[in-house]
Amino acid sequence: MSEFHAAETAVQAALDAGARYADARVMHRRHESMSARNGEIEAVTHDADSGIGIRALVGSGWGFFAVPELGDRAVRDAGAKAAEIATASALVSREASELVPSETATGSWASECMIDPFSVALSAKGDLLERATTTMTEHGADLAEAMYQAWETRKWFVSSEGHRIDQHIRECGAGIMATAIGDGETQRRSYPAARGQYATRGWEFVDALDLEAHAARVGSEARELLTAPPCPSGDTTLILGAEQLALQIHESVGHAIELDRILGWEAAYAGTSWLDLAQLGSMKYGSALMNITIDPTIPGALGSFGYDDEGTPAAPRDAVRNGTWVGVLAGRDSAAVAGLDYAGSVRADGWARLPMVRMTNVGLEPGPHTFDEIVAATDDGIYMETNRSWSIDDRRLNFQFGTEVGYEVKNGQLGRLLRNPTYTGIGPQFWSSMDMLSSEVVVWGTPNCGKGQPGQIGHTGHPAAPARFRDVRVGVRA
Amino acid sequence: MTVERDLAASVVELATAALGDAEVEAAADRHRLALTRFANSVIHQNMAEDATTVRVRIHHDGRTASGSATVIDEGGVRALVERAVESVKVAPRDPGWPGLASPAVDSVAPAVGRASIEATPAERAMVVRAFVDGAGGLETAGYCRSNHWAGAYANSLGQTLTGGAFECGLSGIARRNGADGLARHAPLALAGLDGAALGARAAAKARAWVEPIELPPGHYEVVLEPTAVADILESVAAAGFNGKLVNERRSFVRLGEDQFDPAITLVDDPLAIGLEYDNEGTPRQRLVLVDRGTTVSLTHDRRSAAEAGADSTGHAAETPFSWGPAARHLGLLPSGAATDVANEVEGPVADSSVAELLAGVERGVLVSDFWYTRMLDPRTLAITGLTRNGVWLIEDGSVTRPLRNFRFTQSYAQALMPGNVKAVGRTSTPVPGDTYTATAPRWSCPALHLASWNFTGGASG
Repeated sequence: MSEFHAAETAVQAALDAGARYADARVMHRRHESMSARNGEIEAVTHDADSGIGIRALVGSGWGFFAVPELGDRAVRDAGAKAAEIATASALVSREASELVPSETATGSWASECMIDPFSVALSAKGDLLERATTTMTEHGADLAEAMYQAWETRKWFVSSEGHRIDQHIRECGAGIMATAIGDGETQRRSYPAARGQYATRGWEFVDALDLEAHAARVGSEARELLTAPPCPSGDTTLILGAEQLALQIHESVGHAIELDRILGWEAAYAGTSWLDLAQLGSMKYGSALMNITIDPTIPGALGSFGYDDEGTPAAPRDAVRNGTWVGVLAGRDSAAVAGLDYAGSVRADGWARLPMVRMTNVGLEPGPHTFDEIVAATDDGIYMETNRSWSIDDRRLNFQFGTEVGYEVKNGQLGRLLRNPTYTGIGPQFWSSMDMLSSEVVVWGTPNCGKGQPGQIGHTGHPAAPARFRDVRVGVRA
Repeated sequence: MTVERDLAASVVELATAALGDAEVEAAADRHRLALTRFANSVIHQNMAEDATTVRVRIHHDGRTASGSATVIDEGGVRALVERAVESVKVAPRDPGWPGLASPAVDSVAPAVGRASIEATPAERAMVVRAFVDGAGGLETAGYCRSNHWAGAYANSLGQTLTGGAFECGLSGIARRNGADGLARHAPLALAGLDGAALGARAAAKARAWVEPIELPPGHYEVVLEPTAVADILESVAAAGFNGKLVNERRSFVRLGEDQFDPAITLVDDPLAIGLEYDNEGTPRQRLVLVDRGTTVSLTHDRRSAAEAGADSTGHAAETPFSWGPAARHLGLLPSGAATDVANEVEGPVADSSVAELLAGVERGVLVSDFWYTRMLDPRTLAITGLTRNGVWLIEDGSVTRPLRNFRFTQSYAQALMPGNVKAVGRTSTPVPGDTYTATAPRWSCPALHLASWNFTGGASG
């Protein structure tokens, strides 16, 4: 039975069992990963999973059921089971669920990939990680770690409205991390980002990171941090590096504009949002420099795709324009509840998980400055880069971030290295204080965005560039 | 024989046939998960899955490779083994390979009741219905879940194990004018979930959190309810007693030292929910980590144990890229007898056991729950996070008024250090973790009365 046939059979079984709408995703996924520690390979794994997930709408209730088998009997039973669960949902329901109209898409899409990550010899990948970790230990790291991950996903989507879509997405990325251990604390340095850098690219993306070229610096900077002065406490001018700003966008904008959160659907766990739909189009989110887009079409970005997991074709959209909130991340059902006419941001972490509103690529458009210009224009402040810790409240307002390194900024120049830098603030106040933004945008890939119950891991992308913020509280500590 | 045992055995047989002198281990795990989520007082997400995963790990000629698959017919199993066999031939060398678990006597855990395994979508919906009704008209959100696991492990040294476990849980909030009240419970059978009582408890908290005031940042005496204590247990398990982090000198924990208050005794007990062996085939055990303030054990898998010159304690992680071997069923022993029961009380306090701790507070803060806690440094176990789902001022032994949420930056190691623990609750509440399998974390938590907690800001700034 072909994947499309399995999906069609499951959808029909759900309709036969009483569903008024049903869709099904068949997925085959491969994941390969390797990690090294202090010059030795610690783990090599190659996982594969396959299966089908069926979503059914019966009356006002949704049901979802997933199985790994793709035989005729198995997918028929799964479709009927999804409808049975949907029927049970209707025992605790109020209003009918609807879906905003969707173009009945049929098509194929594949991400760009020059070198298949799974075709590169494990020994060559291992040599890369071993050499990088050895170099970090030679330059001061007590603990040197390196890792890569690669994913290949093929999926086939069918709906009772006539969608018939297949996609082939390959992703990979890597990173290195050095830890120096002092008497009462640890210090960490990473490259290219705290959890590595990832993209919907082939192994050519990892080659271009050139991990080995940065290993010596990373090792020595971790050691140097142990004796650096601590980040001072108080309110000051803060310059953020692009990687840290990417996480700032992710946490204080990306999650806040998820429509399911705004509607209260995640209230008991991930939380809600401080945003009120009544103010969509008029609410001030930040300074006029703040232009944030939702764009799953960026070539090679980790949050890119051809169609989301409801079959909506990828399309760019504004989230914040000139500092004003104008758009959300939406699915077909949440958009219908909110009275919006667009969806396109629904994805699932595998065949066994329910599709839900997820970030795609959410990030800043370039600003008018450069990093050097921002530093040169700052008399007194702190520059922070590379995330180390992050925490934000359940409405996505109050945040506290820590970074791996800070530098004094005095009279337009970078000065002393600072350890344990942290900063804290409230989202809209913080974004309103952004008065300089660099044009040097990099799309950072976040491979570990957690949301939902059962927990789902999302892959998201975040265009970001260095930026300056005024009167920010820094140096919060235990 | 079980289906899972046959699967694990066939993988070992195929791999050893391909690589005669290889060390091979395999496991087959069938997870049946059902989760009914509700928000705005209606069921909005309702899902179930029934999937078996087969894992294999091969060590051959000084190299190690592992893999897994969900396609478990003959062709799928053969493809998994072939992939792992090909991988191990070209994998980098693994000088730290600790070897396989030797055959050992299986630990004995309670049997799983069939009624719980076969819980229907309608039964879960009725628990949700009871919670919604119990909240007395307040808006509600949360989940009701049931999970069953059946598994088997086999290796080329002859170790063969089978097991099964069931867990269920309800976590829900009631909402009123922006105030959320929480109730959470994780019994070992669906019949133990009293949706109506939990809904009423959540609603009582929400109704009592009206017009909160903001207190200035500072160090406050606190009473942490069991749902907040769970966060402390999870953190000390992951970053404190973890044998890998201790080996690497990243943990604050030092064996044999009196690092904790004498009121603190911590016990990891995976057998309580039926987990008899870990991912490396090591039998699990009831393990005392801290005995009246003194650290007496660490948690190890085979690799961290070999590095430390110790034995595995049966804590091999279930996922790659984990922090290492961590306790996932940790309990803080309550101050009362095992048979003690906490009763319902009026107002926002979770139960009578928590209320007894309030009696000893002249001025302090009652915390229902923590949220988004993240570690600043494992060596100090400095954590930042926020309060959630209800915070109140305690004055002269009673709750006097609701407070706005705080942000805190607090060393959890210091929170439990000698002299900072003023009292431990009389009874313990099982609190479900945030993963959704029958092997998921589960924390046994009494309330805690601590002398000081470092609130670094209000949630408004």
